[in-house]
Amino acid sequence: MEAVSVPPFERFYDEHRDAVFRHLVRLLGRQRAEDAFQETFLRALRGYPSLAHGRHLKAWVFTIATRVAADDARRRRPEGPIAKEPAYEERRPTYAELEHLAGELPDKERAAVVLRYGFDLSYDQIADALDSTEDAARQAASSGVRRLRRRLT
Amino acid sequence: MNAVPTALDQRFRDAAAAAGLLDVSYDVADTPVGPLFVAVTERGLCRISYDPETERQTEELARTFGARVLRSGRPVDPVKRELDEYFAGRRREFDLPVDLRGRSEFTRIVLDELARVPFGQVTTYGKLAARTGRPKAARAVGTIMNRNPIPIVLPCHRVVGSTGSLVGYGGGLDRKRLLLDLEDAPV
Repeated sequence: MEAVSVPPFERFYDEHRDAVFRHLVRLLGRQRAEDAFQETFLRALRGYPSLAHGRHLKAWVFTIATRVAADDARRRRPEGPIAKEPAYEERRPTYAELEHLAGELPDKERAAVVLRYGFDLSYDQIADALDSTEDAARQAASSGVRRLRRRLT
Repeated sequence: MNAVPTALDQRFRDAAAAAGLLDVSYDVADTPVGPLFVAVTERGLCRISYDPETERQTEELARTFGARVLRSGRPVDPVKRELDEYFAGRRREFDLPVDLRGRSEFTRIVLDELARVPFGQVTTYGKLAARTGRPKAARAVGTIMNRNPIPIVLPCHRVVGSTGSLVGYGGGLDRKRLLLDLEDAPV
């Protein structure tokens, strides 16, 4: 596969900040989205040096944003039943685990599977993350799962 | 529709720098010689460029210093302040650490010598070469001047041909003349 180098952070940020912000506004509402936005890109900065290549950066940053939003939701209900469940990261396979599991899928299928089943994103959010349509996202996720199933059985 | 608000964007850029998460911070400074691209690392000033094409600059900086290159004004402020003072005639020497990672040893030696050429004076490519102990390297020194990563602060505008002609300048001869005029240099 052709090597895609990691772009300067400015370009990555410039390309994805508006979509990430919209995504967070949908998940959290306008006001809470602002704090989550900053946290998302600070986490992205922390993780940036360990990126091996520049592919799927939009899906990558959407997974971070989704996780930040989940953390935010959990913090806001400290006494509620959600807090008694295992932490978000423990309940769900991490992006890295799922990515490994789905490692040999075609790029788009892998991203769709990880976002759908790893992060519970809706298909319109996945479509947004992959610059695709909702139908195409649904199709990519289901054919990814079919392919995984064939491989595992 | 729902673009990131300017204040939020600014807050993130400040926070990124304050958290020490950037390999390179950059900004654009308005000066009498035009807009200057100015970049710093945590070690010091690493780039000044007359080229306003920031995309090209950030690509190159990412290759040398790491990919976390972000426009963030605050870390660049001390450099802008000294440049302002210089152009206002209130500063003759820059008091800024520089970061020359990624340059060859000879380049660093030459740029180190260059930094000693005082305000308002000129030297020649040959003399500068001689001061590095390689008197025959005038041409190599010329190339290094042409690729000077930190013009103005490392004053390659003070280096002229042996006949006193200005010869060349990465930012164009007009700018070289303007800087030498500003310093009342004898050319």
